[in-house]
Amino acid sequence: MHANDADVPSHEPPDDSSDTRATGHAAMAQGDMQMQGGDAPKDARDPHAYSDGYTLTEGPYALPGPRQLKLADEHRFWSLLGDRLEYDADNDVTTFDLQGWYGTTYDRLVIKLEGDAVDGRLAESQTDLLWGHALNAYFDTQLGVRLDQYDEGTGREWLAFGIQGLAPYWFELDLTAYLGEGGRTALSLEAEYELLLTQRLILQPRAELTAYGKDDAVNGLGRGLSDVALGLRLRYEFSRQFAPYVGIEWNGTFGATADQARANGDATKDTRYVAGIRFWF
Amino acid sequence: MKTFSATRRHFVQGLVAGGVLASFPALLHAGGRLENQTHTGTAPVLSGQSIDLVVAETPVNFTGVIRMATTINGSIPAPTLRLREGDEVTIRVTNRLKVPTSIHWHGIILPFQMDGVPGISFRGIAPGETFVYRFKLQQSGTYWYHSHSGFQEMTGMYGALIIEPRDGQVRPAAGHLRADRDYVVQLSDWTDDDPMSVFAKLKVQSDVYNFNQPTVGDFFRDVSTQGVSGALDKRQMWNQMRMNPTDLADLSAATLTYLMNGRTPAGNWTGLFTPGERVRLRFINAASNSFYDVRIPGLKMAVVQADGQNIEPVEVDEFRFGPGETYDVLVEPKDDAHTIFAQSMDRTGYARGTLAVRDGLNAPVPALDPVEWLTMADMMGRMDHGAMNHGTMGHDTGMDHSKMDHSQMDPGGMAMDHSQHGMQQAPMAKPSQKVNHARSEYGTSVDMRVDRPRTNLDDPGIGLRNNGRRVLTLADLRSQEGVLNDSRSAVREIELHLTGNMERYSWSFDGLEFGKSTPVAMKHGERVRVILQNDTMMTHPMHLHGMWSDLEDDQGRLRVRRHTIPVQPAQRISFLTTPHDLGRWAWHCHLLFHMDAGMFREVVVS
Repeated sequence: MHANDADVPSHEPPDDSSDTRATGHAAMAQGDMQMQGGDAPKDARDPHAYSDGYTLTEGPYALPGPRQLKLADEHRFWSLLGDRLEYDADNDVTTFDLQGWYGTTYDRLVIKLEGDAVDGRLAESQTDLLWGHALNAYFDTQLGVRLDQYDEGTGREWLAFGIQGLAPYWFELDLTAYLGEGGRTALSLEAEYELLLTQRLILQPRAELTAYGKDDAVNGLGRGLSDVALGLRLRYEFSRQFAPYVGIEWNGTFGATADQARANGDATKDTRYVAGIRFWF
Repeated sequence: MKTFSATRRHFVQGLVAGGVLASFPALLHAGGRLENQTHTGTAPVLSGQSIDLVVAETPVNFTGVIRMATTINGSIPAPTLRLREGDEVTIRVTNRLKVPTSIHWHGIILPFQMDGVPGISFRGIAPGETFVYRFKLQQSGTYWYHSHSGFQEMTGMYGALIIEPRDGQVRPAAGHLRADRDYVVQLSDWTDDDPMSVFAKLKVQSDVYNFNQPTVGDFFRDVSTQGVSGALDKRQMWNQMRMNPTDLADLSAATLTYLMNGRTPAGNWTGLFTPGERVRLRFINAASNSFYDVRIPGLKMAVVQADGQNIEPVEVDEFRFGPGETYDVLVEPKDDAHTIFAQSMDRTGYARGTLAVRDGLNAPVPALDPVEWLTMADMMGRMDHGAMNHGTMGHDTGMDHSKMDHSQMDPGGMAMDHSQHGMQQAPMAKPSQKVNHARSEYGTSVDMRVDRPRTNLDDPGIGLRNNGRRVLTLADLRSQEGVLNDSRSAVREIELHLTGNMERYSWSFDGLEFGKSTPVAMKHGERVRVILQNDTMMTHPMHLHGMWSDLEDDQGRLRVRRHTIPVQPAQRISFLTTPHDLGRWAWHCHLLFHMDAGMFREVVVS
């Protein structure tokens, strides 16, 4: 704490209930004020009402030919985020978790790539190829396919449908449902949060849950909640685009998946120390 | 500033000699001749009725890194054009770039074919081509010109345009403008990065340049002064709405170097004076993305012109202006040296120069003001009415009374809707108060809507409220008699909302980016009221080409004639305009990235 904190005059109101105040603000944001989202009322203005029927290419004084002025709202952009690229020295496991996109503000091709390499060999990977489309101000729907690859096991193909975006209170959410051959189903939920200890030192809690609708003995997966990963990573952003980190990750398998692991003589719970880099461009 | 490393400080301050390529033989061999380097600092002056300008890429070095700039006649800023009211001028612009270019004469009333917006007023100037601008100057004052193509303005294409009154400086009505010295003070910003790559980064992560974000440390500091619930409460609404209370500028000193007359802070542009003289400073905000808060510590500034138009003089300590705006001030320096200090609105850096009796003198450079959080009024607007219970407006909720403009809260202030008390007036005598969101504001492109906007003009804005200095506000500006020369009432109202989505980095009018928009049609010679309501948390300097924007207050009283009007967060303001020239015109936010992201409309006058 600062030594001069004592000099800061206190603005504590004498006896007001802070709970009431908080509720008051929430009510204003979500309730009568509707500052975000929602449906347009019937009497909402027509945004083209002032145009007299003219367009950007038709009407008086429009330059002949196709429209020349195209601003960045009609450009396509792309990005690649390496959210996790990390190494666990104890087990010699390299984990990667990449996400890329290409497209406009509201429609994008999204690629997600996640997997582990053990002893220098790709052990398993999961690739999502998705069309992302804006659902509301903060979330995109995602529709496409997922391809699973296992070093020891059978590859799977899935149809994928999900949503990804920023939830209130700044939680990054990625929720996807999958439908595979033979009536296989799966559900995955990822949530991340960023806690700024300073402008550059950032603590990132992360949770990932996976569930399956059917047993998949070949791949060591059982019905129900199969695994949970909880991670905590501390990174330093030398630039916003490049940050090395250290972290700890707890992994647990559950239910039928845990049973299979036990049958194979594998551990069902495991805590790893990892070091890696996060980057984007 | 304390969070910046030594390198960062060096970058913010820049090099002492901006344009000079001291010893870079490799580049000189590759690029050719030494005289090819960019001139920076006080721009050369061109006068007369016939002017030649050449647009080219030339190297520049503001931060220790050589970059190519887009320059006019090899100079940053571009040459100052000193022209005369009433003259018909011919300006030949030759394009020596590999891409098309253009020049827009900002604030100048002229035929639309001469306005210089590619794709709207003309086809642009192709590589190798010379375009001849020819128009008659119907006004006087301080203006400027810049490229309207891509991000060329951001890479150096801007210059001052000074139009002398036809009958000289000393006509009776303008006698107070008499000055012994007359300097253009042109503020801008520079990035070493490719502007499109900067824009693309914002598209990926819109807070990438914000290093003033709330941290865990800030939270605990608030806990110690306001208690846990107070600290939580201060953050509640921002976090719930996924809005950032320190989102004051998309760009910051993390990528920008702030320039005064093309000089870095270390380069210290200096204007000379002799003791006892009265100095006129023509401040032009030619920045692509930076609002500046300008003051000259120890000196009062008499603001005498806004956007080139004479106003009743106002004496202030400080003024804020956004890209596109100009203010002329008169000062009478007392000491041997005075710092002209222009800090960026987000408080990450500053442009700086000196008024001095001889070269080489310095005055102390003030520290940057602390970063302030946006207040609830910046998000929700009018705080004195409606659902909000006065008991909730505690001092610990992020809308600290001491920092708020009390007139917003005061039932007798301008924010009060007086219409209920009213005598019957003509239906269009006053701007309508009923908020009418467009249906396209309920979609994916808009992250916030304001239902109870504030309408007062006397708020200097975030970071300037109650700072102990007399700060200029829109309410202080009053055009001198005869400038607002159309006294008719409006025949109709056009209501447009300024909208955006920070997370997607999209900006728009009414939730429609330019590509999805249709033009606003106006009838030649009609008197129209335009209502602009800002449904975002950023201030937007709105620039309407081709006609004047006669700002009025919420009672419909005409105040001042502008070409660029800053609209604060959650503010609803209005102006009258008379489209006196036919054609298609551009209308946009003068924050270059907001414009390019889609906060841009066409206006058809027919």
